[in-house]
Amino acid sequence: MADLITKIEAALRGPGQKGIAGIWTDEHKLVEAARKTRESGIKKFEAISPYPLHGIDDAMNIPRSIIPYIAFAAGLTGCTFGVWFTWWTSAVDWPLIIGGKPLWSLAAFVPVIFECTILFAALTSVGAMIFLNRLPMIDPHTIDPDLTSHKFALFVAESESGYDAAKLEQLFRSQGASDVRRTEF
Amino acid sequence: MIARQPLVLGNKSLKDVTDDICRLVETWPGGKYYAALLSAKGLFLFYLCIQGMIVAFGMGMQGISHPVMWGTDIITFVFWIGIGHAGTLISAILFLFRQKWRTAIARSAEAMTVFAVMTAGLFPILHTGRPWLAYWLLPYPNQRGPLWVNFRSPLVWDVFAVSTYATVSMVFWYIGLVPDLATIRDRAKNIWRKRIYGALSLGWRGTARNWNHYEMVYMLLAGLSTPLVLSVHSIVSFDFAVAQLPGWHTTIFPPYFVAGAIFSGFGMVVTLMCIMREVIPSFKDYVTLHHMENMNKIIMTTSMMVGYAYASEFFVAWYSGNPIEQFIFVNRAFGPFGWSYWIMVTCNVFIPQLFWFKKIRSTIVPMFIISIFVNIGMWFERFVIVVTSLHRDFLPSSWGMWHPTLYDTGAIFGSFGMFFFIFLIYVRLLPVISIAEVKPVLNVGKSGAHHG
Repeated sequence: MADLITKIEAALRGPGQKGIAGIWTDEHKLVEAARKTRESGIKKFEAISPYPLHGIDDAMNIPRSIIPYIAFAAGLTGCTFGVWFTWWTSAVDWPLIIGGKPLWSLAAFVPVIFECTILFAALTSVGAMIFLNRLPMIDPHTIDPDLTSHKFALFVAESESGYDAAKLEQLFRSQGASDVRRTEF
Repeated sequence: MIARQPLVLGNKSLKDVTDDICRLVETWPGGKYYAALLSAKGLFLFYLCIQGMIVAFGMGMQGISHPVMWGTDIITFVFWIGIGHAGTLISAILFLFRQKWRTAIARSAEAMTVFAVMTAGLFPILHTGRPWLAYWLLPYPNQRGPLWVNFRSPLVWDVFAVSTYATVSMVFWYIGLVPDLATIRDRAKNIWRKRIYGALSLGWRGTARNWNHYEMVYMLLAGLSTPLVLSVHSIVSFDFAVAQLPGWHTTIFPPYFVAGAIFSGFGMVVTLMCIMREVIPSFKDYVTLHHMENMNKIIMTTSMMVGYAYASEFFVAWYSGNPIEQFIFVNRAFGPFGWSYWIMVTCNVFIPQLFWFKKIRSTIVPMFIISIFVNIGMWFERFVIVVTSLHRDFLPSSWGMWHPTLYDTGAIFGSFGMFFFIFLIYVRLLPVISIAEVKPVLNVGKSGAHHG
């Protein structure tokens, strides 16, 4: 049983990339180091932190998330669906006069349409976040278990153009990294 | 510059925060916890028996009878839904207003929302009398035509509002939990603990790109929850306000219900936080007196808002010149159920005014007692709205009284058993304070700190 689970986990585990990681204990030094790394010509690298860091998007040149546009489109879809569904069920598929109101009593349908809008937008934006972050990951590679607690890390993959382990190690150390290690992420 | 209050006391490091919050999940609870859990579970089992009897023998087990056909189930449904609203207010609206003090209480307040909505949701389903046919409330293709639900009915609006609210609050709560579950996963020594929390955390790693999308979706959910929560209690109030019954048919109901919901919900948050601070002493550094005082200020404000609504209803009844409307309100305060009206006014309007005194709003024992009064008062508010309006309407020949039975009382008290049982399990299985949200505010209000 336990053996089988280990096998399944190994089969499902996402492919890791070999590379070099620096570990910091001060978030401000990490943000500064990320900026220096980008300025040294490394285009794509990862910064890992236990909580969102102020200024890291700017330091790493990460663009604003596109999720708001997805949420807007989903909300619009939900709204359209709500209008269509209340109209089709009440006025087309089985028209019933209730309380002498018109078959398509739009004003009375507003609450249902509104709830459809919110539900579609909320669930789609969460779905988009999960998709864009490539979640769920099964047993992903982690550099250090403390990175979800009180440490911060930068990781550059070997495949990245301009990767030079010795130079990066020197850069990380000069920026105050407490530890530098060759690892998989 | 006005000095900011520190949000976390005791000069904690990042690791201290992780340790403090995770300890609760990683250690075996003590005797007090088991005592509390078993009492809650006992009450919950009692509740299951009560509701089982009602389902087996019919709604007549409860005291509902003509003319009061909406009794305990509807009153308690509105009560629990209202409780839930404070959780969303704290997690969503205070987030949008950048109120950093919300971070320490947001997780538990949101959990309270989810559990309160679960408790509430059962009541209207059981009130249908034949809960096994509750799916008829949903519009689904069926072999009767298909005959669709009536979208003009406030009761169908309620189905949509409450189910959307339950779904979105659960998703919002879960998304907030993901990074913290990853923290627990990474600290786990036991392989099964690692696997279970690892699966729940979706394999979260916390890269800057992940956080970028995550923060955006969190803000969007807050932005979507805000109009949602306002709509839910507005729609619950439509259950009454759209009817023609005097005492229900008033335009003030949506804002009045929303203010009342926030009031009662904060009452419950204060009750829960007072207990949590006592049971888990290390949390006094996170849920500080400053937090409690802020919540008490909100209770006092919303108390005056509901007080205004009570007064406004009477004024409008008088000003309308409609004798039936006027009679209903005189009957409400001085009729056979007048005592319930004065319990409501005392608990909701007069007692919370004690929070004008700083000493009272920042001392645990008085605020705990006042919060209990708020809970009682808000249950009676719904009692007043439902029962006093129904029992005497246009025709004196159709007047009557409402005589609750053991099954009414059992359903009310038993529902607390259900709520507290789920809440107590949550306290030991999931981080009760958002680890990832507290860390960025560690330095707020400390001298010489970085201002983020």
